[in-house]
Amino acid sequence: MSFDLNFIGILIGAIMASSVPLILAASGELITERSGVLNLGVEGMMIIGAISGFALMVVTDNLFFAVVGSMLSGLIISLIFGLLTQSLLTNHVATGLALTIFGIGMSAMIGKNFVGIPGKEFPLLFVNLKESIPFLGPVFFGHSIILYFAFGLPFLTNYFLKKTKTGLIIRAVGDSPTSASNQGINVTLVRYSCILYGGAMCGLAGAYLSLIYTPQWIENMTGGRGWIALALVVFATWSPIKVLIGALIFGGITILQLHMQAVGLRIPVQLLSALPYIMTIIVLVVISRDSRKIKLNTPTSLGQIFYKEK
Amino acid sequence: MIKIEKRNDVSRSIYFLTPILAIFLTLIGGGIIFYILGFNPIEALKFFFITPISDLYGLSELLVKATPLCLIAIGLSFCFKSNNWNIGAEGQLIFGGIVGGGVALLFYNHDGFYVLPIIILSGAIGGMLFAMIPAILKTYFNTNEILVSLMLVYVAKLLLDYLVVGPWSNPEGFNFPETRQFSESARMPILFDGLRIHAGIFITLITVFLSWLILYKTYLGFQIKVSGLSLKTAKYAGFKGKTMIIIVFMISGACAGLAGVGEITGPIGQLHRNISPDYGFTAIIVAFLGRLNPVGIIFASLIVALTYLGAETAQIFLQVPKYTGQVFQGMILFFLLGSDYLLFFKIKFLGLKKNEL
Repeated sequence: MSFDLNFIGILIGAIMASSVPLILAASGELITERSGVLNLGVEGMMIIGAISGFALMVVTDNLFFAVVGSMLSGLIISLIFGLLTQSLLTNHVATGLALTIFGIGMSAMIGKNFVGIPGKEFPLLFVNLKESIPFLGPVFFGHSIILYFAFGLPFLTNYFLKKTKTGLIIRAVGDSPTSASNQGINVTLVRYSCILYGGAMCGLAGAYLSLIYTPQWIENMTGGRGWIALALVVFATWSPIKVLIGALIFGGITILQLHMQAVGLRIPVQLLSALPYIMTIIVLVVISRDSRKIKLNTPTSLGQIFYKEK
Repeated sequence: MIKIEKRNDVSRSIYFLTPILAIFLTLIGGGIIFYILGFNPIEALKFFFITPISDLYGLSELLVKATPLCLIAIGLSFCFKSNNWNIGAEGQLIFGGIVGGGVALLFYNHDGFYVLPIIILSGAIGGMLFAMIPAILKTYFNTNEILVSLMLVYVAKLLLDYLVVGPWSNPEGFNFPETRQFSESARMPILFDGLRIHAGIFITLITVFLSWLILYKTYLGFQIKVSGLSLKTAKYAGFKGKTMIIIVFMISGACAGLAGVGEITGPIGQLHRNISPDYGFTAIIVAFLGRLNPVGIIFASLIVALTYLGAETAQIFLQVPKYTGQVFQGMILFFLLGSDYLLFFKIKFLGLKKNEL
């Protein structure tokens, strides 16, 4: 039986790995949304992070630069969104969509010369422990440092939002920008910072895909994960811990779907591939049905333009 | 010194001039990107925006691409005007294509004038039904329509993939992921020999006219506009919000479905995996660039269609990926939204005062 148990351990490890980009992107977007900004550009920022991480890895041959660079490029591209929505007061939904379209196009343009180049091996931690302990080994060990960071992030985010002064300020800005502004808080500055942070996390999520998860560059390789991350934030009713749970559920569906295909069940591959999307819709319906529950944590000013008369 | 003041009223001329400013800025931005990539910017822009339409075939291709874009954008304008964010038109297009294509295969051995209208109608109904999913979930379960309509795009793509690989694949097609070529009576009539421009353009033009009629001459259009301006006012006036949400989604879904069926019975002539180069997403830009106005959308669809053609030409002559078109499309929307700032704010350039120096 120990062999089977170990297999389940490996399966859980794979589920964890596939949920990492979702956790990173959704945690970043959660902070952005908590400050009252709805950035639909997650997919675009992720894909930019994916290509810049991969390109930097190829050019500098240094994984540290690649990871930091992917976060920086996510941050830079989210600055466009910040500039438009915060300084030029544009509509959040339309600007976010433009960011996604632009990001996908831009990444393909940059990535043209990086198609077909093999990736580099990303160092994994505690590999010896992974092999020596059955079941628990493959669950807890032998992962990249980004995975450990991703699994800590929701708890950090939760602590940050609930227990720190900065977290309180962010929530105040999201719930009532006018009163926050009257208290002397610079609403625009807070929102800019949250947008940039979200951008950096989405960039990192993209780099995880192109450097670790499937170490190569493929056009459009995020494949809708950015949108699922956005749905996760709603699914989690803006609570960081639930983001973690949701991401694991979606990671689980993705991995199980792959295994069901491999086993050769007589279910069309496409139906299995559609499962994560269909599940997202069903979950959204279940969550949103109770409008009181969803209103409890929804940032009141989400997606609204804030303008202070000078 | 620069002083910024809020405008009290929005100037109509600026309202329709800022899109032109946005296009101009996009050209500059595109030139800069080409320069960074090591091309002569003027040459590259010429390949992108002039070469593709310098002959009759190019002009016809422009209309072939503008036909679905305009149609979808017109439908979306109903949603966007009333603050309903249907961003899954791509899925509605594909589903319309699937239903229309299914009917075309069903009528494979039939010959007659009635075949094409039935196919077109079923495509429109297909798109409409698919768009009703996010609408109904929004109205009865309070579900976010942005996410639902978007998730359904992936579902529609996978369904199409399943059909063309599996049950609907051409029995004599050597397992290629495509259906049979539709019969002649299931194809859109071609308008000129040797060109690809087809009768679908008339469907688009009729739809533009009808939507103008609905938006500006009917009570429904009035309701849509008021709900877009202020939901509170709409409620106060006693408009039935739920019905209206469903109707605008139905209209935009039907338009997207028509675009899908127009593509498969027009230039494509069968179902395969890629029946749309993201027309459904690009049409969102068309709708905004055209200011959600039927006439504006016609012009906008021509301009955005040009970015598709430009990307194809640039791919051949400059070896840049076809996704370059999306860079331009994204930039147009960025600059358009950004230049809207001029609508609501006046920027005054004042001379430096002595005491500030």
